[in-house]
Amino acid sequence: MHAPISNPLALVAELTHRCPLHCVYCSNPLELTARSRELSTASWARVLREAAELGVLQADFTGGEPLARPDLTEIIRAARAAGLYASMITSGLPLDEKRLDELVAAGLDHFQLSFQGAEEEAAREFSGTRTHAQKLRVAEWVKRHRIALTLNFVIHRQNLHQLEDMIALTEKIGPGRVEFAHVQYYGWAFANRERLLPTREQLDRSLEILKKAEERLRGRIKVEYVVPDYYAKYPKPCMGGWGRKVILVKPDGDVLPCHAANVLPGMTFENVEKRSLKQIWEESDAFQKFRGVDWMPDLCRTCDRRDQDFGGCRCQAFLLTQDAAATDPVCSLSAQRGVVDAILRDVNRSNAAAPEAAAPEPEWLYRPNPA
Amino acid sequence: MTPELTKRPRLAPGCRLNEKSQPSRVLLMPERALRLNGPSLEIVERCDGSHTIQQIVADLQKLYSKAEPQKVQQDILGYLERLQEQRALDFE
Repeated sequence: MHAPISNPLALVAELTHRCPLHCVYCSNPLELTARSRELSTASWARVLREAAELGVLQADFTGGEPLARPDLTEIIRAARAAGLYASMITSGLPLDEKRLDELVAAGLDHFQLSFQGAEEEAAREFSGTRTHAQKLRVAEWVKRHRIALTLNFVIHRQNLHQLEDMIALTEKIGPGRVEFAHVQYYGWAFANRERLLPTREQLDRSLEILKKAEERLRGRIKVEYVVPDYYAKYPKPCMGGWGRKVILVKPDGDVLPCHAANVLPGMTFENVEKRSLKQIWEESDAFQKFRGVDWMPDLCRTCDRRDQDFGGCRCQAFLLTQDAAATDPVCSLSAQRGVVDAILRDVNRSNAAAPEAAAPEPEWLYRPNPA
Repeated sequence: MTPELTKRPRLAPGCRLNEKSQPSRVLLMPERALRLNGPSLEIVERCDGSHTIQQIVADLQKLYSKAEPQKVQQDILGYLERLQEQRALDFE
């Protein structure tokens, strides 16, 4: 028996895979969607209306870089006309003050600005571009408007030592919210995992710093952080459960339950040009596949936590065990937790015993641009 | 920290109520939406930067005249404080 289907609350709209940055931990799939296959403005407007009718409250515009779409202003206007909250996550370029004014006038509610480090040099290494100075300018422009500003720092082994500088930079800019998100290991980050995973010691130290900042800034800046789940005892409730809260539309209109679901073998995804968002959400094989508890292995189906973490992340289960229907192996109860522990042992051993010079670090694999 | 009664709460930048025409009213904010009903909606609708907390308390005490007035004030102060910590409100 299938559980009753709830309606999604958030639409993640991946408007394009084009991006001026080339981050080594990009959450986009390794196979990027070409520009020629991107949805038109009119199709996005229809998707946004269908999302609102389905009960979605918020549209999160992302990419790639959403600013790479020249019609972003029209798309945001369409989101507001449909009654949605309009949020975008961006690297802050290409953008000037005039275009920002237009986005705000179109109804943009929330501007999330990503940072790759506390200063230009670190940011350049991880993103393959010089963008830090532009981001500082953009933050100042955003603050002149009455819209929400969130700073989003992506943190990992190679920039964790800058955490206190990142907090200081945050205080100087003064947004309403800041997110410190440890890299999660999918897509490009999975390919670069050996260089990105922090050691246990680094992680503990970073959590101490973040907890203190959270306390100190309470009531001024809301501090949120995401821990790398390889170190967790239980898996994260990925996307709030498969097909429960979030619906994601790719640049070409394919509809997915999460960013990374196209790594899963044997899945077919339906497209907004062929069926309505409601039909896809309620009936498509991809959304039914891991919805509810019927698909779960016994360990999860009989677990008290099944309604808290929903068996964890399907993509992670597949990437680490080659079985998308396995318990997420970061779970300490999983028979396959050993896979994760072995990775952590390597990271902690090599970094503790042989700092810097000993073995050369593997080379970064930079994310390119799609055709 | 409990806010002073003379402060005027105002929804923070990027936080707003959804349209009146929608079936249920929610407070929309970055990465979150808060369902509002009865008293919470009455309170948030008055967080416009012109009502003082004192005025909001007086209004709600009138609307919910069967409730203990002191308790109404306490609940409102607690609610406003939580919204402010979520950065959904500024006290002006």
